[in-house]
Amino acid sequence: MLSRVAENLYWLARYIERAENTARMVSVNGHLQLDLPARARTGWEPLIAITGSARMFRKLYRAPSEKNVVAFLVSDERNSASIIGSLRSARENARTMRDIMPREAWEQISGLHALAARQLKKGELLPDRDQYLRSIINGAQTITGLLAGTMSQDIGFDFLRMGRNLERADMTSRIIDVRSADLLSDQGGGLRPFETIQWVSVLKSLSGYQMYRQHVDQSVRRIYVLEYLLKDEDFPRAIFHCLGEIERCLARLPRKQKAIGIIRRLRRAVSDADLETLEQRNLNRFIDDLQIMMGELHDCIADTYFRVTAPA
Amino acid sequence: MTIRWRDYPASGVFDELVTPGGRLRPAARTLGNRLSKLSDEAIRQRKAAADLAIQTMGITFTVYSQKEGGSIDRAWPFDIIPRVIAASDWSRIEEGLRQRVRALNLFIDDIYHKQKIVKDKVFPAEVIAKSRNFRPQCVGINPPLGIWAHICGSDLVRDKDGTFYVLEDNLRVPSGVSYMLENRQVMKRVFPGLFENYNILPVDDYPSQLLEMLISVAPRTVKRPEVVVLTPGIYNSAYFEHAYLAQQMGAELVQGSDLFVDDRDRVFMRTVHGAERVHVIYRRIDDLFLDPEAFNPKSMLGVPGLMRAWKKGTVTLVNAPGAGVADDKVVYAYVPQMIRYYLDQDAIIPNVPTYRCMEPDDRKFALANLEKLVVKPANESGGYGMLIGPQAGRKERESFARKIMAKPREYIAQPMLTLSTVPTLVDSHAEPRHVDLRPFILSGREISVTTGGLTRVALVKGSTVVNSSQGGGSKDTWIVDETGDA
Repeated sequence: MLSRVAENLYWLARYIERAENTARMVSVNGHLQLDLPARARTGWEPLIAITGSARMFRKLYRAPSEKNVVAFLVSDERNSASIIGSLRSARENARTMRDIMPREAWEQISGLHALAARQLKKGELLPDRDQYLRSIINGAQTITGLLAGTMSQDIGFDFLRMGRNLERADMTSRIIDVRSADLLSDQGGGLRPFETIQWVSVLKSLSGYQMYRQHVDQSVRRIYVLEYLLKDEDFPRAIFHCLGEIERCLARLPRKQKAIGIIRRLRRAVSDADLETLEQRNLNRFIDDLQIMMGELHDCIADTYFRVTAPA
Repeated sequence: MTIRWRDYPASGVFDELVTPGGRLRPAARTLGNRLSKLSDEAIRQRKAAADLAIQTMGITFTVYSQKEGGSIDRAWPFDIIPRVIAASDWSRIEEGLRQRVRALNLFIDDIYHKQKIVKDKVFPAEVIAKSRNFRPQCVGINPPLGIWAHICGSDLVRDKDGTFYVLEDNLRVPSGVSYMLENRQVMKRVFPGLFENYNILPVDDYPSQLLEMLISVAPRTVKRPEVVVLTPGIYNSAYFEHAYLAQQMGAELVQGSDLFVDDRDRVFMRTVHGAERVHVIYRRIDDLFLDPEAFNPKSMLGVPGLMRAWKKGTVTLVNAPGAGVADDKVVYAYVPQMIRYYLDQDAIIPNVPTYRCMEPDDRKFALANLEKLVVKPANESGGYGMLIGPQAGRKERESFARKIMAKPREYIAQPMLTLSTVPTLVDSHAEPRHVDLRPFILSGREISVTTGGLTRVALVKGSTVVNSSQGGGSKDTWIVDETGDA
């Protein structure tokens, strides 16, 4: 398979996943604000932190108000990681692969972008916002399902899966990073009762609340939520699970030794982490380490498979 | 009973299916009788079935439109009444095309070597000196088997009396063959019964012949050559065809950025398995964009160093760079002389009479008769930049006269041909529409010619412009063997 095609598939999956994750995050944050009393509201700024786009946001907007943050994350074409930006990139990627990809998948991708673009304003305003975001989430899930159900599960499909899982693991780590710090800063402010609501919202922003309830015999508390989102082997958005998926894809690819090495280090770091004793400051450092290693993994995949120069 | 051949409006030109007296020509009899038995409703159903097949098969061509935000894919306009040619007529045409392409390849090879044809005063040096497609970079190069124009698409037309003429030879990157193949697929879905009872010669071995030809011209030392198709990318109007042919041949469809040339002048493609050697490139990019080192330094489509590799013989480019020197309407005018010079034969298929404006007598005649002639630029394709004298206004003719006088080498003039017609579906009856024919000739170890070719039809009444970008459509082309007719 050509490097360009593999790279396009990898990024296509990342863009679709990113649009879906962003939609879910915005939606859940809206609900969270409504559930909290005014003095306990976390506001919208954490979403900017989660997406790591504080600098760009400050360049384009003044205050991190609901209106500004939502516009920035949903409909601002200048932010390439916004929902509309991600979907546009996904469509451009898919366009160059129409001969490789099942036709229905191309139509779905193109259709989702068109839908998102057509109803852009609805995504920003409250009464219609949730429905808009849900249609993005459903559309993205349809694409993922269509690809899984209609595309040959060959090397190309492995690149798609790797892109999706790396994007997922990255998002989960960002949410843990920002939210755990957020919640801690409220400690001692008499806001304890609301902590649970917030951890529930963390789970919900990863579509994990229901599965958590089914698989964890504990109430919703920081330690158990962290444990679940980091170490669960079966939950599709848990970091450990995503890493396992990537490793299984790599196992089928040629010239994989280096990437496999990085992923094994990552998995060991996750499973060895002692969350019980990990204080917040150290948790942030730990997540930073994970993100650095995930960056290495991406670079390694790109160097090995996408930037081929030397004769084999 | 909606198609009545007796009422078919004869338009005073040669119709390929129906005689002026309203009778079906022998090879078209089975088809014509069948069509005249279809009800309005049945015809509409066939038409709808064809449209649906085109849609589901994804047969498109790309047009660039700023209004609609870049390039868009249009469904391929297709007419369900095929053009029928008797196999006995076709075999002579086929022979003529082989002869023509053999001479053209000898000519190109000569031009980049000793230029004997110029020294023997059969071909004027001036034409080469002022040729836009002559590439000095190609002088002295010996491509495998001496072949430069591996794939040639020659446009044929038929005049009033039904005689075939060559209108032009496309030797750069001729396109359209995928539509020829797809048209047949559509017809088989629409009229399966006809294919059972009629001896229609098949067309679908083209992709395997193409692959065989590409392998036959690989660098001599290679045992198992790797063949790729090089496309400028999705915005090219023929991208559908590039993807289609690559897929049919089982070859990779690559873009310039997928390839690189190493310091030993070998070409590789970037794959997830690492760098892999490439030996034959069926390129669908024009010469000038092939290699920014050798030609246009700003080209983003090409591969730096590709010409180095080609000159060294580590890779074969199809068509060879520089082959376009014969894709020039002034050079075209000399093809009958070339056939005599290189093959010592008379041309089997005649040229359309052509006035070369660079020659004083011809120019004088052309300028004096502009209102009767068609003037064409020597180096354009797709029907652009032409003057159709009888249809043009005085101002347009005067402006063309000035152009001819300023750059006589760049223009030729030809009499206005009355292209033949084929019955074409309009609502649910048949009307004559003008057609041309583009067969494709492959030259490798052997020469092969497509069975028939791509028939393009001007869908607008009275029009002779068949280009898909300007209101043209296409038809399936049936070469029918009557001797075995059931």
